[in-house]
Amino acid sequence: MKDCITLAHGSGGKAYRELVERVFAPAFQNEYLAPLTDAAVCPGSGRIALTTDGYVVTPLFFPGGDIGRLAVSGTVNDLAVSGAIPRYLTVGMVLETGLPVETLQRVVRSMADTAAEAGVQIVTGDTKVVEAGGCSGIYLTTAGVGLFPEGMEIPPQRPEAGDAIVTSGRIGSHGMAVMAARHSLAFDPAIESDVRPMARAVRAVLDAGCIVRAMRDPTRGGVAGTLSEWAGTRLDITLEEEALPVRADVRDACAILGIDPLYVANEGVVLFSLPAKDAERAVAALRTQTGCEQAAVIGRVSDGRGSVFAKTRIGTFRRILPPSGEQLPRIC
Amino acid sequence: MNSIEVLSRKIESLADGLPPTTIMEVCGTHTHAIRRYGVRQLLPKQVRLVSGPGCPVCVTAQEDVARALALARLPNVTLFCFGDMMRVPCGTASLSSLRADGADVRICVSPMDAFEFAREHPLREVVWFGVGFETTTPHTAALIEAGIRSGVKNLSILCAHKTMPNALRALLGGETRVDALLCPGHVAAITGADAFAFLPEEYGISAAISGFEPEELLLAIFALLKMQASGTPKLVNAYPRVVNPAGNPAARSLVETYFEPCDALWRGLGEISSSGLSLRPAFAKWDAGARFSMEPVAAVPASGCRCGDVLRGRIEPNECALFGQACTPEQPLGACMVSSEGACAAYYQYEGAGI
Amino acid sequence: MCLAIPGRITAIEQEEAVIDYGGTTRRASIRLLPDAAVGDTVLVHAGFVIQKLDPESGAELEALLKEIESL
Repeated sequence: MKDCITLAHGSGGKAYRELVERVFAPAFQNEYLAPLTDAAVCPGSGRIALTTDGYVVTPLFFPGGDIGRLAVSGTVNDLAVSGAIPRYLTVGMVLETGLPVETLQRVVRSMADTAAEAGVQIVTGDTKVVEAGGCSGIYLTTAGVGLFPEGMEIPPQRPEAGDAIVTSGRIGSHGMAVMAARHSLAFDPAIESDVRPMARAVRAVLDAGCIVRAMRDPTRGGVAGTLSEWAGTRLDITLEEEALPVRADVRDACAILGIDPLYVANEGVVLFSLPAKDAERAVAALRTQTGCEQAAVIGRVSDGRGSVFAKTRIGTFRRILPPSGEQLPRIC
Repeated sequence: MNSIEVLSRKIESLADGLPPTTIMEVCGTHTHAIRRYGVRQLLPKQVRLVSGPGCPVCVTAQEDVARALALARLPNVTLFCFGDMMRVPCGTASLSSLRADGADVRICVSPMDAFEFAREHPLREVVWFGVGFETTTPHTAALIEAGIRSGVKNLSILCAHKTMPNALRALLGGETRVDALLCPGHVAAITGADAFAFLPEEYGISAAISGFEPEELLLAIFALLKMQASGTPKLVNAYPRVVNPAGNPAARSLVETYFEPCDALWRGLGEISSSGLSLRPAFAKWDAGARFSMEPVAAVPASGCRCGDVLRGRIEPNECALFGQACTPEQPLGACMVSSEGACAAYYQYEGAGI
Repeated sequence: MCLAIPGRITAIEQEEAVIDYGGTTRRASIRLLPDAAVGDTVLVHAGFVIQKLDPESGAELEALLKEIESL
């Protein structure tokens, strides 16, 4: 018989313990998880950052990543952009009966690898099993704790007029990779997601002495979503469309599918709003980091009325509205 | 000086001596490109660009959308459509909301995806919701041809395809404020430039076939103004790298094999004679309407909606009382707000800030 | 309507062409342009090659301008 998840794995009995010992414990191995008690007890002091997020992406595996890497990166990035140093993660899993244990193992290994890459530890978890049709393979919920070292400035998350907008790298890759995989769009080579933990890249900018007024990982809603929120009601943000770094395959896919990369989700990008004088230093610091080689200044912040504009290649302006609804391929 | 500057200067000096001129574009992708590149910001005040009925999503009749929804609700049906159609509302539902409720609705980039799926899933009834103008209809014809060649039994077409010339005739024959027409470059790639020759000949209106880059749009607009200035309306092909006089004969003959002209309902404009395509009687078994017995649906247009006036170039989107209030891209009431290519949606998106 | 994107044909197998868009490639049907050949620059709409692009288009703008000026 194929080695699959059954309702017994969720019962808390023998099958569950076997799953923990065979799949989870070896992958996530660390001193806080090892006792396998109800709560992990971890060191830390001062202010903490705490975040949580759910992951329901289909397909579970897509070029460049999978739901496990996505869950760890997403939570690490939420912590990192708060200015905290990500430390501990928890993971809750909802598994569908019939899921091959081998698939679960791949996801778990990917989570462990990504956690190691980000310098965080997965310290506790939970597993529930639902009947077939109750979820699509695996749903993950992660929570994360980050620490603010003594004396560290916490970014106010408030852009100011005169700031420059910096992207850590090329935009739109993750959303297009998932869309291509979900709709079997058969680009060749396949469009790869850039999903990755960005904690080290954020740290590089802070360590370079840049004053960071705001940072955000522009996931759902893309760059347009983040900038619209930043513009609020009293600022305008103007992008230089030609300065926006977009990978050539992503640019092509967006053109073919009629999608604006500004609205596409990212999972390995951080946007910064910082004083213009610090912008080039931030870009230089970012470019030393893996995945940030194309970091660039892409716009500026001014006093205004809450609008985002893009200056086009012909010198005109178009308005970037807040995102509404899911991005879908179009033909007209 | 780059070509944008050259063209905008030429347009400006030419427009100086002209009365206010209204140019209508009848292609959703033109609407999009004009807003996308802020082309209006380069034009003098006397030149007004308006969007006509060129977005297939917008002009697809509510009745046709209702039929698509009815088909998608059938448990054994997988409905394929372009992503554009997903959010078109009909009553309180859309294909997108039906999919969320469990209906098998799939977005494809090519109609041939429906064929592949039908072959791989012989127990599903696969329906292709065909919308679009001359550029897209050949794809549906190719799908039927593939179906016939392979002998698949579980594929059918919900046909809402439309044709441009008679819609333009209906538009120009009635009350309109349009002085010149920007003709759709990719429709012309199939029909050939000659298909638009009737515009100057029958209606004495200047027409220019345009591409989709800002340079190409400015060039076509310049050509239109030049003809306005000289008082000699003609058809200019300002997109010759793609459009030739005869178009694409293979595509056209494929369409003629399977389709014949029919009267069609246009959302916002009503019924226009010989402006749609239906399957020829010999291919009736490919018609989803015939295969599944469906109750006819009557749609009630939103009260106060002035999409008909917008599509005829009589008013700007923001002159409609519903615009931006009761009717927004999130909750569209009228045809022109439905797709991002629609005149009202594009206006809302790109000019809302008054730049 | 009609979003159509130019690309170059790099291979043809029966009724399908491989189109190179510069940054990625994707297959498209050549059923609507049966005489399409490897090396052609073509316009692709909704999975089908719909027209061949004129290779002489480089100097086009200037020539067109001249033509339009004389209208």
